[in-house]
Amino acid sequence: MEVIGYISQGFSVALTPVNLTWCFVGVFLGTVIGILPGLGPAATIAMLLPLTFRMEPTGAVIMLAGIYYGSKYGGSTTSILLNVPGESASVVTCFDGYQMAKRGRGGPALGIAAIASFVAGTVGVLGLMLVAPPLAKFALTFSSPEYFALMCLGLGMVVLLAGESMTKALLAMLVGLWLAGMGTDLFTATSRFTFGNAELLDGIDFVVVAIGVFALGEVLSNLEGREGTQMLPVPKGLRNLMPTWQDMKDCRFAFVNGSLVGFVIGVLPGAGSTIASFISYGIEKAVSKRPEKFGTGVPEGVAAPEGANNAETGGAMVPLLTLGIPGSGTTAILLAAFILWGLRPGPLMIQDNPTLFWGLVASMYIGNVMLLVLNLPLVPLFAQILRLPAYVLYPAIFGLSVVGVYSVSSSLFDVWMLAVFGLLGYGMRRLDYPAAPLILGFVLGDSMERALRQSLMMSQGDLSILVSRPISATMLFLTVLILIAPLFRKANAWRVRAIT
Amino acid sequence: MKVAKKEEGSIKTGDIVSGAALAGLGVFIIVEARGWEYLGLDGPGPGFFPLWYGVCMVALSVLLVATSLVQRASVPATPVNWHEVGRALAAWAGLALCVGFLKFLGFLLAFGLFSFFLVAVMYRRSLGTAAAVSVGTTVSFYLLFAFALNVDLPVGKLGF
Repeated sequence: MEVIGYISQGFSVALTPVNLTWCFVGVFLGTVIGILPGLGPAATIAMLLPLTFRMEPTGAVIMLAGIYYGSKYGGSTTSILLNVPGESASVVTCFDGYQMAKRGRGGPALGIAAIASFVAGTVGVLGLMLVAPPLAKFALTFSSPEYFALMCLGLGMVVLLAGESMTKALLAMLVGLWLAGMGTDLFTATSRFTFGNAELLDGIDFVVVAIGVFALGEVLSNLEGREGTQMLPVPKGLRNLMPTWQDMKDCRFAFVNGSLVGFVIGVLPGAGSTIASFISYGIEKAVSKRPEKFGTGVPEGVAAPEGANNAETGGAMVPLLTLGIPGSGTTAILLAAFILWGLRPGPLMIQDNPTLFWGLVASMYIGNVMLLVLNLPLVPLFAQILRLPAYVLYPAIFGLSVVGVYSVSSSLFDVWMLAVFGLLGYGMRRLDYPAAPLILGFVLGDSMERALRQSLMMSQGDLSILVSRPISATMLFLTVLILIAPLFRKANAWRVRAIT
Repeated sequence: MKVAKKEEGSIKTGDIVSGAALAGLGVFIIVEARGWEYLGLDGPGPGFFPLWYGVCMVALSVLLVATSLVQRASVPATPVNWHEVGRALAAWAGLALCVGFLKFLGFLLAFGLFSFFLVAVMYRRSLGTAAAVSVGTTVSFYLLFAFALNVDLPVGKLGF
């Protein structure tokens, strides 16, 4: 009953004209970037982050979250019409979505994707609303050792599922920790890794690293090739986008499956929407009466992964908002955004900022409705974005990146750093180093070091404090299990299957 | 990013080179960290955490290089597609030049020239198209950021 009171309060915040506008801007931009192959939500949020500094935090977080879940809706369009996933989580949608489009059923495929996204997205927000407050209450019992162990567990999960090579994922994470450690040590005022450069005394700005590694890295990677792919015709008119009654009947279980699997996977740090969509597709195929038809254009093959992809967003917000632990590159950028606005996601977030938390939850309900409206009748219009030539799009992204970084501190040194991190991001993509562990290491590095040092201060240097407390011991034990999992053939085979 | 089978050989070479570079970085971190206090009266010093991730970095880099050397023997070496890499590096070099010129030419001129380079050289479009795109994007940036949002753009010696 208490929740109903809070969510009503949230709706009163989200339904103000200003916040409704930001919500619309967010979901609209999210749909657009979800449609554009090669530009993900992480890159977009990173690029737009500096522009939100002048905004009121509630409106800003509503907009950035809108970009995050809006991109999930848009991603299906390119998967279905181009056989090119707009973002990694839409890879599975290609299997049956593109086949449906090839058989002249592109309209119903897009319609099913939108409906599944709406149903599962709404279930995901419902889950967030119900799970986050009790989890936050539980996390109030945490002290520095538990936080350190929790961050180890979060990083461990991300590393486990970030890429084929766990060694590379770990190395990327360590580079992130190193970058986070640059600047003045807050405990002793010692300058670390500043190379005698005064500009590095405050450390490297998060925006510089995020935009460089994600946005510039992606664009440079896309610039390797010159031209795009041929698009299948876009069905016009709402009637041509609506699935048949039989389609909806075939997708009944897929809606439930996608919603539940997506949310649960979302709560686990590191797993992310790509894995959620694969697992949900696998379950759908396993329980289907016609598994042999999967991959040839069955509607439930679109509904399950699209649903999971969207429900995952609500799940991913749970550890981010209640524990301050992001589970992916995009949520790491959202965490940094919260910190830059002076907020501290964690157990006290809901208690200290009820307006922001419940306003965000309510805006996600509203945003899902907006997305359904945007994505059903307006899909033909959005698909035209795919006709935007790369030679117009990429200069704009370069420009937005430079302006975004310069606007933070008016420093040309930061713009140079941006170029350096862009090259690093490109090199990482080229050599198959995952970017998410680096960003997570960078975001959590400071807090992790602080938690470790505070823990050891509590125990006067005795490391056993980390394993003598039951919660931290359990979490560290799980972290060790995660890190040694690839040594076991079966566990590693499952891991590789999950990420490829 | 998925890596095609045919590129596995070149990735292995890349792993060896990047692994060696990261091992070097790890050694640098350890050397620097040893110069700072490890454990003091108040608990761990500024050298504590870096020392440990430096050690982990060296160990993992060595592991990466070693496994890549072993695996490379069983994967046929394939050349890197330098044409693709060259395109990306050329675009990056253009960006670096643009950043270098920001101080002298300002954002509008430096970015306009960079956009022109991208369209005309990287995408081989006509000079007219390149000029239209670069002028269009630069003017849009000025109108959106400097004019509408009041965001500072880098100003050059020419005053804009």
